Amino acid sequence: MARAAVPGGLSPRLVWRAARLVEFRDETPSARTLVFDVPDWPGHLPGQHVDVRLTADDGYSTQRSYSIATPADGSRVVLTVQLVEDGEVSPYLTETLSVGDVIELRGPVGGWFVWRSADPAPVLLIGGGSGIVPLMAMIRARRAAGSKALFRLIYSARTPEDRYYADELRTRVRDDFGLDVSYVYTRKTPEGWPLPPRRLGVADVNNGGWPPDFQPACFVCGPTGFVEAVADILIALGHDARRVKTERFGPSGT
Amino acid sequence: MRLPPGQYLTEDFPVLTAGPTLRVPTDTWEFVIITEAGEKHRWDWKQLMALPSERPTVDLHCVTKWSKLRTDWQGVSLDVLLDGVDTAADYAMVHSYGGYTTNLPYEDLRNGQAWIAYKFDGEDLTPEHGGPARLLVPHLYLWKSAKWVRGITLTDEDSPGFWESAGYHDYGDPWREQRYQGD
Repeated sequence: MARAAVPGGLSPRLVWRAARLVEFRDETPSARTLVFDVPDWPGHLPGQHVDVRLTADDGYSTQRSYSIATPADGSRVVLTVQLVEDGEVSPYLTETLSVGDVIELRGPVGGWFVWRSADPAPVLLIGGGSGIVPLMAMIRARRAAGSKALFRLIYSARTPEDRYYADELRTRVRDDFGLDVSYVYTRKTPEGWPLPPRRLGVADVNNGGWPPDFQPACFVCGPTGFVEAVADILIALGHDARRVKTERFGPSGT
Repeated sequence: MRLPPGQYLTEDFPVLTAGPTLRVPTDTWEFVIITEAGEKHRWDWKQLMALPSERPTVDLHCVTKWSKLRTDWQGVSLDVLLDGVDTAADYAMVHSYGGYTTNLPYEDLRNGQAWIAYKFDGEDLTPEHGGPARLLVPHLYLWKSAKWVRGITLTDEDSPGFWESAGYHDYGDPWREQRYQGD
């Protein structure tokens, strides 16, 4: 059911809003960051997502959910979308949508998988593939808020070329005091990497994470198998299940 | 067309949970219904298995947009469990191992609409999908079908569960696309 946006966002309803693409950049050969201008956007917390709706000329419409990649910044809503070859929505968003084009979105959605900048507890972020997106929003929000909370990110990617935000993460590790990042490669490693490609394991979480005694807030995001494995590792290492928040992708992550 | 608005079809069975998967052993498992008068009705795993079961074939609709059609379950109808329960409650709060909760009207648990399901596709329900037993209320979005179910509290007043407190709809009818509060 189509609904017009309520100016000023006075309604608590999640209304569909017109989102105009103002800028894009490619993160990898198959992932694109899309910067939208959404008038009257009510703001959001890092970790939340939006529903995107596309409607064809014949009236057929379809929806998908995407995590927001940046902290709240006025009317800006930034998504990073992974191309899924046989997907229905992601090919349009990553290959066809042009600057000036308008799509519909609504949100923010999800009040559980969020980091609040007032929380001083150490944070452990573990992302697989495009699961980095909501975690990056938290890393960016930390910097934007001047938070001193200690952050560690473990990022599992298929190859070095599949990493999102590679340059920015390098810069942030240098400049954002209290942020550490470690990588796991599942298909191909960089030149000279000390380990063969493999799935993230207990040692990676042990070395790249926080001891359970620190009671970190843990955020795990990625494909289902990845999240299942990582959450099990965290519990086995002694982390409190209530401190482990997960976001699992649906069938394809589109 | 059997797809509710805004849904797309999947052949997979995706997993969506707010936290780690729980492993609940059946030897300590129990299911408890507590009425609005505080009366408790308790079943252990053996007692649940001894109750007559049904094999519903139902469509699943997840609020994250995927739908999976004609899924095959086995479980005990809530009608069987509630028949001996003296209640005039209007609402139910479903509780899971691990602390998850979800609310729904009492009448949505009755008349062949809800089951405590323990088999999927003829196999024991895996922990990822809520085993050993989950609530199955397929006419509502799937977050209402609480995984790792451990009990239901019957109440006169409605109050929001886990996702309902986080902005999701109190009722969650996929055919009316009641995803979020206000829909």
